Amino acid sequence: MNSHADGAANNPRNPFAHVEAAGWGQGLRTLTRITYMNLRHRWQVAIAIGSTFIAAALQLLIPKLLGQAVDQVRMGEGISGGTVEQALWTSALLLLAVSVLRGLFTLAQNYFAESVGHHFAYELRLACYDKIQRLSFSFHDQGHSADLITICMLDIEGVCWYFSTALVRAVLLAMLIGIGAYMLLSTNLELGVVALSFVPFVAWRSSRTQLKLRATWDELQGRLSVLGRVMEENLCGIRVVRAFAAQAYEMLKFERVSQNALALAQERADIYARDTSAMTFSFFFAMGLVLWIGGSKVIAGEISVGTLTTFLTFMTVLQMPVRQIGLMINAFARASTCGSRLFGFLDLDITIKDAPHARPLEISEGTVRFDNVSFAYPGAENRQILRNISFQARKGETVAIVGPPGSGKSTIAHLIPRFYDVTGGTITLDGQDIRNVTLSSLRRAVAVVQQDPFLFTTTVENNVAYGDPWANEPRIERASESAQLHNYILGLPAGYKTVVGERGVSLSGGQRQRLTIARAMMLRPSVIVFDDSTAAIDAATEQRIRSAMRRFAKDRVTIIIAHRLSSVMHADQILFVENGEIVERGTHEELLVKARRYEALHNLQTRPRDDDGAN
Amino acid sequence: MSQIPDPESERKGVRDGTRPPRAVVGSHRIEDEVFGRAFDKNIVRRIWAFVEPYRTKAVIAVVAVLICAGVQLLIPLIIRYAVEHAITPGSRDGSALLAAAGAFFLAILVNRVASYMQQSVIGKMVEVVLFDIRRAMFGHLQKVSLSFMDQTEVGRLMSRLQGDVSSIQEFLETSVLSVGDIALLFGIIFVMLWLDLSLGLLTLSVLPVLFIVRMFWLPSARNAFMAATETNSATNGALAEAIHGVRAVQSMDRQQVNFLLYDDKAHANLKTQLTAAKYAQVMVPIVDTLTGLAMAGIVLGGSKVLNDRIDVGVTIAFLFYIQRFFDPIRSLTLQYSVMQRAMASGKRLTEVLDLDIEIHDRPDAKALSPQMDGSIEFRNVTFGYDPKHPVLKNISLKVSPGETVALVGPTGSGKSSAIALVHRFYDVQRGQVLVGGYDVRDLTQESLGRQVAMVLQEPFLFTGTIFDNIRYHRTDVRRDRVIEAAKAVGAHDFIVSLAGGYDAPLGERGGNLSLGQRQLISFARALVADAKILVLDEATANIDSYTEMLIQKALTKLLEGRTGLVIAHRLATIRNADRIIVLQNGEVIETGNHDQLMAMGGLYFKLYNLNYASFDDLAEEQLDITAQRGGQT
Ligand SMILES: Nc1ncnc2c1ncn2[C@@H]1O[C@H](COP(=O)(O)OP(=O)(O)OP(=O)(O)O)[C@@H](O)[C@H]1O
Ligand SMILES: Nc1ncnc2c1ncn2[C@@H]1O[C@H](COP(=O)(O)OP(=O)(O)OP(=O)(O)O)[C@@H](O)[C@H]1O
Ligand SMILES: [Mg+2]
Ligand SMILES: [Mg+2]
Repeated sequence: MNSHADGAANNPRNPFAHVEAAGWGQGLRTLTRITYMNLRHRWQVAIAIGSTFIAAALQLLIPKLLGQAVDQVRMGEGISGGTVEQALWTSALLLLAVSVLRGLFTLAQNYFAESVGHHFAYELRLACYDKIQRLSFSFHDQGHSADLITICMLDIEGVCWYFSTALVRAVLLAMLIGIGAYMLLSTNLELGVVALSFVPFVAWRSSRTQLKLRATWDELQGRLSVLGRVMEENLCGIRVVRAFAAQAYEMLKFERVSQNALALAQERADIYARDTSAMTFSFFFAMGLVLWIGGSKVIAGEISVGTLTTFLTFMTVLQMPVRQIGLMINAFARASTCGSRLFGFLDLDITIKDAPHARPLEISEGTVRFDNVSFAYPGAENRQILRNISFQARKGETVAIVGPPGSGKSTIAHLIPRFYDVTGGTITLDGQDIRNVTLSSLRRAVAVVQQDPFLFTTTVENNVAYGDPWANEPRIERASESAQLHNYILGLPAGYKTVVGERGVSLSGGQRQRLTIARAMMLRPSVIVFDDSTAAIDAATEQRIRSAMRRFAKDRVTIIIAHRLSSVMHADQILFVENGEIVERGTHEELLVKARRYEALHNLQTRPRDDDGAN
Repeated sequence: MSQIPDPESERKGVRDGTRPPRAVVGSHRIEDEVFGRAFDKNIVRRIWAFVEPYRTKAVIAVVAVLICAGVQLLIPLIIRYAVEHAITPGSRDGSALLAAAGAFFLAILVNRVASYMQQSVIGKMVEVVLFDIRRAMFGHLQKVSLSFMDQTEVGRLMSRLQGDVSSIQEFLETSVLSVGDIALLFGIIFVMLWLDLSLGLLTLSVLPVLFIVRMFWLPSARNAFMAATETNSATNGALAEAIHGVRAVQSMDRQQVNFLLYDDKAHANLKTQLTAAKYAQVMVPIVDTLTGLAMAGIVLGGSKVLNDRIDVGVTIAFLFYIQRFFDPIRSLTLQYSVMQRAMASGKRLTEVLDLDIEIHDRPDAKALSPQMDGSIEFRNVTFGYDPKHPVLKNISLKVSPGETVALVGPTGSGKSSAIALVHRFYDVQRGQVLVGGYDVRDLTQESLGRQVAMVLQEPFLFTGTIFDNIRYHRTDVRRDRVIEAAKAVGAHDFIVSLAGGYDAPLGERGGNLSLGQRQLISFARALVADAKILVLDEATANIDSYTEMLIQKALTKLLEGRTGLVIAHRLATIRNADRIIVLQNGEVIETGNHDQLMAMGGLYFKLYNLNYASFDDLAEEQLDITAQRGGQT
């Protein structure tokens, strides 16, 4: 199954291509797997299937009893009232009892079938959630979140109804037809064959439809997810849309993708309609034949009216299930498409995980060391992002990284907590290769204040304490104070209990950055990386944050990525990164003397007006 | 086979499985589910408004459904005819049977056509209606005020655009079928009464029992369904959060806690789903019992045959009808939850459709012409997201045509808010914002948007190629203009180095680019928009000064004669501005060019010095100046 994941890596745009490329075989394999997973709820499955059998048998008894009653009524014309009455009473009571029992067993059948489905969905939800949390950054970089949401919501829904709407229904239908066939064929061979003549047609037709529906489901799901993405991006980027007055353009884009999906949705509705009506027709046709041929037989005296009634009632009993064949096929088709995609996701290999002998990180000196590190992002292997990066920082030291956009600064930051694995060289913390320690201990030791902060839609307090939800209030307040946020929070309507909006929209850019700084402080990391995290903060506030940080700086390694030289000039070591390589390094003073690029930056920021041809 | 994680083993890692006091997954806000009756006239009317344009199709579908119901009614009658008149043992006459069979085949042929028509017409129509509803909502969301959008989670809107719209689909499909079911029910009642009044009444006598049972069932069932929907959306919300915030979760090692909390939610959901299933299914045995009662009644009533009051044919027909009689009742019962869900969804949809558009074009709004002078003026502007707490207080400032003015100030001082007003993202509470000499409220938003290009503080890129993103809505713009803009912002070199160059696909939100690169792309996008006024909100905050200088050089040529409004924290960025306006706490405190401000020795002077002064040289009181005020905004 791991081969799927490799396939995904080669095709960054669509990690699920392998699923979509597969045909029947894959579909069958998926269905088997879903069935197998459902069967693990042994008791519930047993009760559901058992009840299905009993309910089906009872349901078939009803035509039998009715036929018998009709014959009793007929016979009654010749026989004395008393016995007939007694016989009729027996029939009536039997009918009642059978109906009640049938109802109870149908209840059990439906309830437990649904219950299996819900339990299955519960397991799948947990599995998906777990998988999402474990899959490495590179996976999340390559897929689109809207597609993941589709898998985890719609696809789970699609497979969780499989047991009750597809499997149990199929069993029920097979039972009804099977027992019915036995009963009918043993009653009257010829008429039985006529009555069942619709079965082969329906079987052929439904398997054909199943394939067709599966294909359209697949395609439709894809188009709907494009539609979802267009809507979602529009809403998330609503400020851009408004800023450019691009509503008309966005509507056009929406129109195009939605028409695209609409066309297919309509086609699907048509396939479905054509098929169910054909199947129902073949069933009724068989019923007509029974009436005609059976009628002739009654006339010829070969069978009784009661027998004919049995046949006809049997067909009425089948009417509902046959009408539901369409639904059933739909459910099969849906389960196999959704299932393929879902399992494709659940089977993905997790590239970044604990090594088999991983041990918790032990920090003593707290030295971070890059040794000839080179790196390329998964999915773009031939674009080398970092080359031969080597540096070292001891506890209490500060390393600053500067460089033009896209030079690889954030990438360096992302390698330390092992969001990605290096492609060459090693990164060590106190001599321990980070690939040999447990991820959990590593990530608790290394905090990265990300360049574009993500805030959770919850209270300020919960956001600050995200990494340490057991923290007590004073600690949260202290962290907020260090990040120069405390006063602001106190001014909010509900203080620390104020809910901040999605992605923190209602905070200003700088407030958001300070919140993420506070969040990182809560982790008490041994290595803290500020990835351009004061860009939207004015110099004065930044200075305060930094002087607050200095109190803790001696216990840890600080790595600062920044563009404002005042933020970096006091670092013990400044690295100038360009094109993935360290091209200049040293302290501020050293660099001013010997380094051309750094000096240029410095001049631009300190000496106004005299260097620019801009005016 | 996939591994289902065992919650127990997950639990071990987290202190004894106790839940931390300050952790939640999923949205904090609780959705007030608008669950109500299964039938709400107003909502049905709103939905009907969308079906209205396809009336003919709806009518065709309903007629087809009625025909189907008619055939269902007819079949037992044909059988009864056959049994009474054709199928008598020993009868010589085959023609009656032939007639009956003929009628039967004719009926099912009609049925086939009608059922195809009904399903196909309704299926297709419903899809179109759905897309219309979705389009109406989406179109409306393009207009609603940003203050609403600021407070609304996108996930919630998406669930309306997707989930709720699907429940309407279910509803429309079943409601047509319900018409058939109801018609069938009444038809059967009618035919039964017509065939034999007393037998008919006997059968119908079970109906009141059903209604009484339902009356008791309904309130608790409604609650159960409601709970199921609620927990389901809560679980999905938590899942969506996990997807969007996965990087933050992993970097803070919150997986285990989150898994536990999610397990709680998912488990609660499982429970409510099971309860709902129980309620939905409990009606089955009740309906079946009643069917049994009715059948027993008919069989016994059939003894009347002995008295020659009714005949065998009628008995058989009755038995058939009873079987069919409860089918519509059963499916109507099941449709109850569909209806209820649809009404709740319908309510949420209409809420979106009814959202107030606070910012309208005036009826007599003028279009801002590209020839306007490009001036911007704030006259005594007071504005707050919440009117009680103004963010900008009585601000006046003027940017003359062709001038570049910089806005600086501590974080949270209201800079981004001020420029949002230029674009009329929000309406001011007092005062006026003028662009090109016109109050922005007198201009059409569309024309205003065309003449003011913005680079927002947070770059936002769409899925698609780099080319698509730079060009964005200006589909008329040629490729060389796009390349020119990219060169001007210094993005050309890295773009061509990507596999695919300008046609390289971007990941979600441009995730495969560095933040600075994203900023450059969104900068280029603003250049391509070719507007008279360019507003840059920290457009180069994540870009080094050297690259920035190159951009500024390239821009001087490109922006000749245009007006610029620039926000920056790195003061080096804006020292070339014609004028610098210093904002603090929502008030303009200093104005002038660099030299004048430096001479003034005020906040600008201090901020400027801080930009490259040494930490250690700083006196504590100097640090106090702005940070505290900034922190209190
Ligand atoms: N959409 C919003 N809804 C409610 N309040 C908001 C919203 N956006 C900003 N605010 C608040 O308004 C104040 C000013 O924010 P604004 O974004 O204008 O600041 P800014 O000067 O741009 O700061 P920064 O330099 O940090 O970006 C802040 O206190 C912020 O919390
Ligand atoms: N997830 C990714 N997948 C593929 N390529 C990426 C990814 N993230 C970044 N890159 C590429 O790697 C290079 C380095 O990116 P990085 O984010 O490290 O730059 P940076 O130095 O932090 O720049 P900035 O100052 O703009 O933040 C860029 O060219 C970028 O296009
Ligand atoms: Mg970066
Ligand atoms: Mg701002």
